[in-house]
Amino acid sequence: MRRRGSGGTAGAGMRRRGSEGTAGAPARRGDWRRYLPAAVLVAAGIAAWEAAIRLLRVPDYLLPAPSAIVADFGPDGRLLLDNSLVTLREMALGLLLAVAAGLALAVVLHLSGTLRRALYPILIGSQTIPIVVLAPILVILLGFDLAPKVAIVALICFFPIVVNTVDGLRSVDEDLVRMMRTLDGSRWAILKRVELPSALPQSLSGMRVAATYAAIGAVFGEWAGSSAGLGYLMLQATPNLDTPRIFAAIVILTALSLGLFLLIRALERLLVPWARPAPRAASVQRP
Amino acid sequence: MSGREGRLAPRPTGAPPLGSPDPSGRAPAGDATGAAVELRGLRQAFGELVTLDGVDLRVPPHGRLAVVGPSGGGKSTLLGLVAGLLEPSAGSVLVGGEGDWRQRLRRCALMPQKDLLLPWRSALDNACLALENQGLPRAEARRRARPLFERFGLGEFERSLPGQLSGGMRQRVAFLRTLLAGKQVLLLDEPFGALDSITRGRMQEWLGEALAAQPSTVMLVTHDVEEALLLGDVVAVLSARPGRIVHRLEVGFDRGGPRREVVATQAFVAARQEILEALE
Repeated sequence: MRRRGSGGTAGAGMRRRGSEGTAGAPARRGDWRRYLPAAVLVAAGIAAWEAAIRLLRVPDYLLPAPSAIVADFGPDGRLLLDNSLVTLREMALGLLLAVAAGLALAVVLHLSGTLRRALYPILIGSQTIPIVVLAPILVILLGFDLAPKVAIVALICFFPIVVNTVDGLRSVDEDLVRMMRTLDGSRWAILKRVELPSALPQSLSGMRVAATYAAIGAVFGEWAGSSAGLGYLMLQATPNLDTPRIFAAIVILTALSLGLFLLIRALERLLVPWARPAPRAASVQRP
Repeated sequence: MSGREGRLAPRPTGAPPLGSPDPSGRAPAGDATGAAVELRGLRQAFGELVTLDGVDLRVPPHGRLAVVGPSGGGKSTLLGLVAGLLEPSAGSVLVGGEGDWRQRLRRCALMPQKDLLLPWRSALDNACLALENQGLPRAEARRRARPLFERFGLGEFERSLPGQLSGGMRQRVAFLRTLLAGKQVLLLDEPFGALDSITRGRMQEWLGEALAAQPSTVMLVTHDVEEALLLGDVVAVLSARPGRIVHRLEVGFDRGGPRREVVATQAFVAARQEILEALE
């Protein structure tokens, strides 16, 4: 058995290596090649934009050329950096709060059928409220500081995390739970050793979606009342027709969102390496 | 691939029974009638569907009962009932004289058809699952599981994740996980049903030897007649739905030696014939 076994392990490894080069496989080494078409498209779009503005002599305050936006980073670099950090802080804290509250609520909903039946419809219903319109109310309640922005970000990010985690917890293989019960697994042991790890991949994809919402929450929070942040900069720039600065803020917001998104992707790779499809597929057919 | 592969290392004399955290605590399970597992007039229906009807079975302490029956004939249901995962519609299930499902859960360990290894745990940590559930710290659980890995030829795969193991090895890890629970009764649900026939044959030899060193009571269900005859002391034949026991056979012949020789002996062939006839 030993000989056959070690051969099997090497075989699985080779298969995994082989699959990394194939298109669409979520593998580290193939990443740059996968993103290449998108990168080319974006670069071409920027070039066309620059050319159009120069050829048609569009004034900066209507639509600045990409070069003008980049130029704004020079003199205003410090200003943009400081305000970016304010917004990033709001986004990160809000997302963290949403993750903590979302996971906790998902576990509670999973453990208690009564609470699930009572709260789940309300939770779904609450999503018909456009949460950003709550921003002014939260500012009145919580003041002009960090708190209302964090609250808005958390409210927006909360939903996809709860729903995905609850779904993940509910779709755990029933046979795994039965197996745990015959191995003296208490309710808590089943949750900790089987259900939570099983639900983690889906929970993380909920967090990934949530991360892309964080910037929206932060900006709306700042528009409702603030003295710093990228949303605040945009509000200040608008009456001055300082369009390049508005665009610079948009570019930074996009980068911040992308950064959070990639951070969670990295977390997925770190926490759930087993959920990557390639090795699992390779193992299923093995005798 | 020689016949030697898959053999167990000789068991050191004086070693405690495999998987038993406390040998003295493992008194033979038995009630007044002395049975470890006793089923009386067992009936199980899911709505209109009657899967088991009037099943009577008795497994003495340390006994090996193999139940053979057609696929979809309620074999898994039977083990679920013994394990305490299900309650019968009628009749009684006693494990060590206890009928309460919690008591049955405490006394039985079920090895399911699928290996159901947790993909995020190493092979060793998968085998440690029951010990951790019983409250042992992971380091201590690993310390207890490690010698078994050595003895069962899995030593070098301790750290492998299930996805890196072959099907046969995964099944062995699943068996060790069941064994390490240290229960009085082991319930094996088609343990090698998902394997190809070559690997299955080798695994049956392996399991036969592993069980020979075991004081537990074993109840095995399978649709493989040879597997039942190789691993059970008594073979009971379960009919198609609604399942009831239609035949019983005591395995009296010698099963020492390589599998291919055992299955070719006259006694084995005759027994196989007898069971196949009962299955028709």
